Amino acid sequence: MPEPGLTPASVPRLWRLARLGFDAVRNRPVLLYPEGAVLLNETGKAILELVDGTRTVAEIAEILREKYQTDVAADVTEYLSGLAARELIQ
Amino acid sequence: MTNERPTTLLAELTHRCPLHCPYCSNPLELTRAEREISTEDWKRVFSQARDLGVLQLGLSGGEPLIRKDLEELAAHANGLGLYQTLVTSGLGLTRQRADRLKEAGLEHIQVSIQDVDPESAERIAGISSVKQKRAAIAIVKELGFAFTINVVLHRQNLDRIGEITDFAAEVGADRLELANTQYYGWGLKNRSWLMPTRAQVGRAKAIAEDRMARYKGKMQMIFVLPDYHESYPKACYGGWGRYYIVVGPEGTAQPCHAASSIPGLAFPNVREYSLDWIWRESAGFQAFRGDDWMKEPCRSCPRKAVDFGGCRCQALALTGDAANPDPVCTLTPFRRIIDEAVTETEAAEFEYRQLAST
Repeated sequence: MPEPGLTPASVPRLWRLARLGFDAVRNRPVLLYPEGAVLLNETGKAILELVDGTRTVAEIAEILREKYQTDVAADVTEYLSGLAARELIQ
Repeated sequence: MTNERPTTLLAELTHRCPLHCPYCSNPLELTRAEREISTEDWKRVFSQARDLGVLQLGLSGGEPLIRKDLEELAAHANGLGLYQTLVTSGLGLTRQRADRLKEAGLEHIQVSIQDVDPESAERIAGISSVKQKRAAIAIVKELGFAFTINVVLHRQNLDRIGEITDFAAEVGADRLELANTQYYGWGLKNRSWLMPTRAQVGRAKAIAEDRMARYKGKMQMIFVLPDYHESYPKACYGGWGRYYIVVGPEGTAQPCHAASSIPGLAFPNVREYSLDWIWRESAGFQAFRGDDWMKEPCRSCPRKAVDFGGCRCQALALTGDAANPDPVCTLTPFRRIIDEAVTETEAAEFEYRQLAST
């Protein structure tokens, strides 16, 4: 079943049951939730740290564009849509 | 040897439990209280598990609330940064204990229910538990724990899958796990009472799909078809010794909760060996890793990367050899064992009409 993805105007929110953590053994940021975990890279972590339930996808992309000096809008939308399909982002 | 790291430790803290469910995943031979390992043993195991890469901890049983040191264990695990799930019947979850567990850093509680029909629930659990479970659920919600309801599905409750799901949504579950009975140990012993018919499974699937759409975004539902009614086996525990470590009440460490039923395999005790050695070196954890152990048709089958040959305990229970393919697989001649068992269940459903003998 195709999931409707997020748009730049969407306001993503982390699933209530998920939280960001750091795995010192693998030396990786990690998203933890009941019965599961997603190992993140630094980019994923940077995106998720900006997900606060008030910023839009476009606003998150704009903050990261300034930080990394490159347009990341498509990547941000795709990344968050992927997590939304797994119900980790709502 | 393996370079992979485990992600999950399932700590079966005790086999003691007020419920008597006929599909229990605990072994037929239950461990007595006096043989349970100590608080210090468990704390050491949790620390070793984290060092090995474990991220998820299941505090399970039996009924883990029977262990008086549960809060102390939860606090220790929280200090290690483990994401913890308390897997409970709800019985014994008083407000006071829930407060202390919250304080200890427990995040997620999974409460089992047997059925929404009180009489049926009582029959399945072997005791009356409905009121106590309701009270426990109210406490879990009041204290704001992440909350899952788990229901083991079988012939006796499958027709109420819709009502069960509605109940879970109504009491505010974040997640609903609709788990199928697995047929080894107690489940195999009681298979004829537990196995659903094909028609039941078909109806249940349609109802589950309807509810998934209805509760999307509100309650996460996990529902997979029972493997007897599928064409291919499931990757049991994600593959032998790939992600999971199960430690039993007496300290035996295994790749799955039923592995000790397999003859010829020895599983080390955490009182004698480190979890690191058990994971990387012990013969028991290496026995069915990779594909060297596989017979045909698994060995040359592309699906081996998907299901790893299925469940070893099911292969043993139904074919007599744990190294055989999981008989659920329709690509093996063993499948007829599964088909026969399902057909027997169908036959048990009705009697042909006939004239009374005179």
